[in-house]
Amino acid sequence: MTGSTADVCVVACAEAWRGDGAILASPMGVIPALGARLARQTFAPDLLMTDGEAFLIDEAGKVEGWLPYRQVFTMVAAGRRHVMMGAAQIDRFGNQNISCIGDWARPKAQLLGVRGAPGNTVNHAVSYWVPRHSRRVFVEHVDMVCGVGYHRGSSGVRGSSPASQQSAPDLRVVVTNLAVLDFLTPDHAMRVRSVHPGVEVADVLNQTGFELVVPDDVPTSRAPSAAEFDLIRRLDPDGTRAKEVP
Amino acid sequence: MLSGRVLTPDEVVRELSDGMTIGIGGWGSRRKPMALVRAILRSPLRDLTVVSYAGPDVGLLIASGQARRIVTGFASLDSIALEPHFRNGRQRGTVELTELDEGMLHWGLLAAAHRLPFLPIRAGLGSDVMRVNPELRTVRSPYPDTGHPGGEDLVAMPALRLDAALVHMNRADAVGNGQYLGPDPYFDDLFCLAAERAYVSCEEIVPALTGPPPSLLLNRAMVHAVTETPNGAHFTSCVPDYGRDEEFQRRYAKAAADPDDWRRFRAEYLDGDEASYQKAVRR
Repeated sequence: MTGSTADVCVVACAEAWRGDGAILASPMGVIPALGARLARQTFAPDLLMTDGEAFLIDEAGKVEGWLPYRQVFTMVAAGRRHVMMGAAQIDRFGNQNISCIGDWARPKAQLLGVRGAPGNTVNHAVSYWVPRHSRRVFVEHVDMVCGVGYHRGSSGVRGSSPASQQSAPDLRVVVTNLAVLDFLTPDHAMRVRSVHPGVEVADVLNQTGFELVVPDDVPTSRAPSAAEFDLIRRLDPDGTRAKEVP
Repeated sequence: MLSGRVLTPDEVVRELSDGMTIGIGGWGSRRKPMALVRAILRSPLRDLTVVSYAGPDVGLLIASGQARRIVTGFASLDSIALEPHFRNGRQRGTVELTELDEGMLHWGLLAAAHRLPFLPIRAGLGSDVMRVNPELRTVRSPYPDTGHPGGEDLVAMPALRLDAALVHMNRADAVGNGQYLGPDPYFDDLFCLAAERAYVSCEEIVPALTGPPPSLLLNRAMVHAVTETPNGAHFTSCVPDYGRDEEFQRRYAKAAADPDDWRRFRAEYLDGDEASYQKAVRR
């Protein structure tokens, strides 16, 4: 079973939640949402998910709990959550921007705002989903640090004290249409974890605006199993996932 | 609430004044006190600071030039990711912004509601929220713990004190108790407690509130006046009374993209009173 790019991405997103246990999975985007549901229906049955409003819904669609926004914030602060957010920009240490492009005082493009990214990244596990891997997204320096990465490089900021004062973020993976990346390097610089079927490491490097760490052996991202493939098609019979990737 | 404080939306707005900091309840394009916002649009109020989990409430007050500063973590129409007037205002430099993490906003309201000067929170540490809000301070915990023998550094989120709060409920009674019947209270009780004066619009003023006890969100000690505004959250959602008017919201967002379209939209829907708005959106 090979699967389309979208299918491989769904599986890669699902893998982000493997081993998380009974925590709130908060996917942002069509493919991350399919990934979280695939994970819950297979290897991560304990995950909790909301209906996008205020209810926790199990895989049968049954309400199993109530989670209004104030309770979501409490789950965030309690660390019982793993979110997969988007990123308009992300740098080599995982600093992420969803707020605006250009000078913050008068942005060239106003985007979402910081939303919950600062709180998410200092409280619980965070992964990222980038449907179009490009140099516009993977940049040397982000214009506004929303999600906090492992280092600020030279541009320190108040409240960003040395490691003795502040616990490191827990950034898991960055899933893109080309590859899966992580931060499992001595200085937490971004690394190529796997490339999707048909993608060369060189393609990933070409589309990245900073130097990625490349291990000697870069595996190919795993394709969905036959059972996973069927499940993905059942979860997304209209194929909306294909529209999220180029 | 003192008895006899059932007002019209215009009477509520006459109790507000220029330069006030006004908190608006709801979330994004959900259960917003839009009839009260529309009443502000018809008033000469100006130089407002608006604290909100922002949606079209904030967008309209930016478009009208009445909001000088927005305090928020986002401005969204939910089913349309970006609030178009907020985006325009930011890109044209016509509105100031205090950009906070969503959880920081909650904490600032909670601090104000509890009459505390600040509450400690981790959100914001290490992010550019600290850079773009140079007035924010950190505080060191006086209690050592294993991870932080010298005490943990935290953001001291200042209280977001409000001069007035505007929230929309499904039901209220004539003495100021308020009930939401949808899935989420959002932060409407905190907006009310954080404010000097809290104004509650509602779908219907009823003689007695019935329904699940947890739906009785606001009591009359939190509330200064009530106003009945049927369909008053339109075009945002007010479930179970009605959902978001997605078609109208699309028209709003499309009009916001072009100054001429927006002038026409204003003339058609916003320049008249609430009754003419309600008539126009039913056409």
